Formats: sequence, structure tokens, C-alpha cells
Amino acid sequence: MSDISTEKYIEEARRGIANPVLQKALVGLQDRFGRGTAEAYRRLPEGPDLRIKAHEIREKAIANLDVLLEILADKIRANGGHLYFAETAQEAVDYGLAVARRNNVRLVVKGKSMVSEEIGLNPALEAAGIEVVETDLGEYIIQLAGEKPSHIIAPAVHKNRHDIADLFVQKLGIRRTTDPPELTHAARKALRAKFLAADMGTSGVNMACAETGHITTVSNEGNIRMATTMPRVHVAFMGMERIVARLDEYEIILRLLCRGAAAQTMGTYASYIGGPRRPGESDGPDEFHLVVIDNGRSRILADPQFREMLYCVRCAACLNVCPVYGKIGGHSYGFAYSGPVGAVVTPLLTGINRAKDLCQGETLCGACRDACSMNIDLPRMLLALREKLAYGDAAWQVKPASRAEGLAYRGWSWLIRNRRLYELGLKLAATGQKLLPHRKGMLRRLPPPVQGWTQSRDLHPLAEETFMERWRRTRKS
Amino acid sequence: MIATINPQEEPYEKEKKERYGLIPMAPKPRTTLFIQCLVDTVWPHVAEAMVGVLEGLGLELDCPTDQTCCGQPAFNSGFRREARVAARRFIEIFEKSGTIVSPSGSCVYMVRHHYAELFKDEPKWRARAQRIAARTYEFSEFLVDVLKVEDLGASYPGRVTYHDSCHLLRGIRVKEQPRRLLRKVAGLELVEMKNSDYCCGFGGAFAVKYPDISAAMVNDKVDHVVNSGADTVVGCDTGCLLNIAGAVSRRGLSIKTMHIAEILAHRR
Repeated sequence: MSDISTEKYIEEARRGIANPVLQKALVGLQDRFGRGTAEAYRRLPEGPDLRIKAHEIREKAIANLDVLLEILADKIRANGGHLYFAETAQEAVDYGLAVARRNNVRLVVKGKSMVSEEIGLNPALEAAGIEVVETDLGEYIIQLAGEKPSHIIAPAVHKNRHDIADLFVQKLGIRRTTDPPELTHAARKALRAKFLAADMGTSGVNMACAETGHITTVSNEGNIRMATTMPRVHVAFMGMERIVARLDEYEIILRLLCRGAAAQTMGTYASYIGGPRRPGESDGPDEFHLVVIDNGRSRILADPQFREMLYCVRCAACLNVCPVYGKIGGHSYGFAYSGPVGAVVTPLLTGINRAKDLCQGETLCGACRDACSMNIDLPRMLLALREKLAYGDAAWQVKPASRAEGLAYRGWSWLIRNRRLYELGLKLAATGQKLLPHRKGMLRRLPPPVQGWTQSRDLHPLAEETFMERWRRTRKS
Repeated sequence: MIATINPQEEPYEKEKKERYGLIPMAPKPRTTLFIQCLVDTVWPHVAEAMVGVLEGLGLELDCPTDQTCCGQPAFNSGFRREARVAARRFIEIFEKSGTIVSPSGSCVYMVRHHYAELFKDEPKWRARAQRIAARTYEFSEFLVDVLKVEDLGASYPGRVTYHDSCHLLRGIRVKEQPRRLLRKVAGLELVEMKNSDYCCGFGGAFAVKYPDISAAMVNDKVDHVVNSGADTVVGCDTGCLLNIAGAVSRRGLSIKTMHIAEILAHRR
């Protein structure tokens, strides 16, 4: 598994908020894609309710996952491909490494894949002395910079063209330019040489289809098509949930995926791959391997509260509307998956206690639910995660996150049971608040544990008389 | 069944009352106040304003004064047992009520949507909750969708921008109702701010637990209010409004933060 730093959420969020380049980039991203995707859904010929249908398709696929994967495996094998089920990240990485070693691979070109980030593929290949080159422009930029993706679809969104110009001067030895087409051309030139020399290509899988026995990769740069057809060997990695039963269903999912990802009706390149090059075909690898990865997904599948998370196709539409992601950026989430999807799936994959701030650090505003191409109710699952953190949960090995908070809510539940007691508590608080610093009728500083409120805003004080008291006083005559 | 005023009858009744000072003959269905705890304890004038508007329409109001909280704070923090305590109490108190009206989209969302989740393993409580939920309305929704009233004869001199609260907008899908009400207010100019549908960063305990993120969000919201040129920001949920008002105050701005009930109760 790749590095996990979910416990640094607050610290990294603070850093993201203080980074003006990131802030500007996030505004641009959300203005363009957040609004664009909503418009793209609105203009679906079937209407926005197609998302509801997609949800049903995914629900059905996940309910029949074992059978669908079996069918897929049979078809891939019948076509001369290899299919491997990896229970853990380690098994998936080891399989990829073994294929590389067997084929004497020295250079791997990669199509962008978040699941490869999840399992930590690049460091493992590099440790084995194999050169790995990311071929998606954004991924290439952050690989050169030695960073991690900060967005599922737009991994280098946190960098502007000036950063990239400096990076390319340093790493590619080009003359400095901040002109995006010129920068892109420089990357393209460097990558072309890699494509031609690579022995192995790797990719993710946007979606697999059981009926036809193929996988699809979608890209806007054509790089995945090159990475999967030019080298001798292609190894594709997929989360075990990324499959639907039939081609007609598949088409719906793919159309929504492209709308969710980039407000496009269809990505520029969509490749359908079902095995290695056949005799007489001009393109394609000699060997094709599909690695189907569990890595904690079976546990999600087994829990009816969280199974819906497996419907996700990682389009990243939720990132483009999330007001929290829009301020803190993707690195704060401490794992491959950021934004609302990360806030739910990362705790489930990597440990709930460790990622407690991902579960609690959202406002439950619901924008992600409306943006989701598969109509997934992420806030519902955030709430379910919070329940686990509140009381602990044996099945998920969760310990209560805060005894103090538990006590506070228990006290609160006694207070709200009795209006007289409640009012007494309010009276005490209303008296106590007079001792707090205030200006122009607003409280300037609150004591612990609620001091966070007044860190950068004031608070209107409690009223002298509640509405209920006044109603009783004036109406009950 | 949902108790509603006959939509055809209401404007006529209102006209009779306004033009001839007549008190409508037919007894009005009872309307029960469900007052969000933040309104009850921090901004009671919002409830006063709502009462003024509803009584101005000739409604007979009652208010169970032993109500405290619907349970949302505990529910959102994951403390469902404690939230159930609050929810059961709410159900018992409001079970015999008339049509329920609340000056908070968030609380209505809790009752309509989350009570079902909260009592998913207790069908009897779930059914009781659903019966109440079916007659619980947010204030602007109640005026426009149930009473079919948009013009309340209010007057407010100023440029107003409207903040869409998350649970009102995406929870119970109320978007146009408050805007329609505001457009009918004499002297009021309604201007849209950028990202009016973005969360203000309140989120209950979120604002206290994650103050840096919350502050970044509310400061964006206040920037958008300022950039809209409005002198007043209006919303339908006091949680958001306390958050926005707190940031406005800390930044020393002169923007007014008001609940829609205050605007609708405003007379020249």
C-alpha cells in the first residue's frame, strides 16, 4: 500500500489554505468543472435522472460481483490474456513486478491510474531498478516534481504554469517558457522517446464489461492508448468493483463518467481492450494481464451501510463541487483518493480511526451527492462513519474517537429531555458569557473546548430570554 | 393527510381582511411552531418575526413550549443514541400538533429525512416520525407552496443577496421560494452573489473542530456577499446566519445578516 498520512488532515489543510497558487487553481477548477458537470447532466438526452439509472446498474453489478468477475476472467483468458486476483496491495504489486522481471523490463510507461497510487506500484517498480514514467501530462509533471496527485482527474491542479516552467527547465533542460502549448510540446517530446523505448505499459481501468469481456480506458491525451498498445506487455490494474454486466449498461456508465470527470460528452480517447494482439493485428501487446484488486473492498462489500461506496467510478465530480476540497486541496486527504470520495473510501480502505478527521472534517453540505455521476449518497456514509467513531465498532476495529465528546453528548441528551433544566443551563451560560471578552454586542473569545469558533469570527451571545419563555410569558393568559 | 389552507381561498381571505378589515369566518387549520434551538436561544427575534408574518395571514398559532432540540447536532456527530432521545421527545411533543412550521431548513431536513434513518430498526417510531414529517414545513416553503402567498406587504429598503443553506437547498430542494418572497418585498433589490449555493462553513461542530477550514469557507462567503454589492445577506437558516454574522463582525464590515422572516415582517 502506498504512504498513508490521513492523520495530518488538519495540518495539511492549513497548509493548503495558506497556499495562494493552490487557492487560485481550486477556484478555477470548481468554477469550470463543478458548474460544467451540472450543466452536462442537465443536457443529457435522457435527463439528469440517468444518474438514478446508473446507480441501479451499479447496485446490480455489485450485487452480482462474483459472477461478473468470473465471466470477465473467462473471456479475458479465452482471448489469450491473463487475469489475476490480488487480495492485497502487496499481491498486486508483486504480480506486476513478476511480469516485469519475466519479460526483462527496464522501462515502464504508465497510463494514469489511481488504483496504482493506492497500491504503491511506482515505488515498488523503481525499487526493483525499473524506470517508471507517468505519461499523463499532469501525472508526468508531479512525477518530475516528486509529488503526489492532488486531484483524481487533474493530478497537478495545484501547480501553475510558472511552477511547471521552472520544473521543466530543471528536469528537461528546456529554454524557459510559460506558454502552455510550448510546455506541453516539451513534455510530449520527452514522453515520445519513452513510449518508443518502453518494454511494458501499465494502466488503470475505467470500467470493465462482463458480457463482452473487455476493459476500457479513457483519456484526453491519447497517452493511455499509446502506453497500452506500443510496449510488448500491458498490465492493467482495476479495483474489483469496476465492472458492469452488459454493454448497454456499460455505455450509460461511461457517458456519465465522462460528464462527471470533465463535463465532456465523451473523453477524447476511449480504448476497448480484451486481450493481447491477435495474429494479423497491427497494434497491441504480446502479453495482456489484468490484475483485479481487492485490498479491503470485500470488507466494504460485506457491510450494507458502505456497499454503495463500491458503485463509485472515481470520476471526481464530487471534488469539483466540494466546498471543503475547494479550500484545502487534495494533499490534505493523505491518500490516493481525495475530496468527498476520499473522505469515505480512504477510512474504509486504510483505517477509520486513523482517518477520523476525513470522516468528521466535512460540513455534510450535500453538494457531492448532487454532483455524483452514480448518484451515490456520500453524506449518508460520512454519517455512518461518524457513528462508528462515536461509539466504536468491533467489525471495523474502531475505537471511540473522543471520550470527552461522548460524555458531552450524553450530558446534552439529559439536558434536552427537560425544558426546565435546559433553561436553567441556558441561564447559567447567559450569565457566564458576560465574563467573556465582547465588542459591539458580539463575543470575541470563547473558552475551550469551543474556542475554535472565535478563532476567526465572533459569536452572537445567547439571548436574555428564550423565545419559549417569552411565549409562555406573553401568550399563556 | 397534510393540513393545508385551500389555495384558491387564501388570497381572497387575505384581501377581505386587508380591504375590509374582516376577520375570516372559517376556522383556520392550526399551525404549530417548531423553533430551531439556535433561534430559540440566540436569535428569538427571528421567531417573533415569523409569528408576526403568520399571524398577519390570519393563522392561529400554537407553540409547545417544552420543545428543545430535534437531535440534529448529536446525529451529525454520529451520536445516534443521544439523537434518538431527542427525536423521540420531538415526536411525542409534536404528535398532536397541526401543520408544523420551522424557521430552519436544516431542522426540517432532520425531521423529514434523517428520522427515517435514525429509526430504521424501529418501525413503529419510524412510522410515527413519518406522519409528523409529512406535515412539517420550512417557513418560506410553507408560505409559497402551502399557503400560496408570495406578497406579504413587506417593505425593506436595500440591496439584498440570498444565501442558499445546504440542507434547505439540497436536502429539501427549496431554492426559488425564498427568492420569490424577496422579489415581492417593496424597495428590495435582489442581487445574486457568486456561489450562493456553496456551504458557508458552519456545519455545526465542524466550525469548532475544524476552525481553519470553516474560517476559509465563511470568509469566501463573505467576500462573495461583499462583491455582490449587497448591503444585506438573507438566509433561511440561523446556523449559517450566525456563522456569516460572526465573520462579518470580526472583519468589521457593515453588512447586515438577516433571516428571511425579519425581512418579511419588516414594514416601512
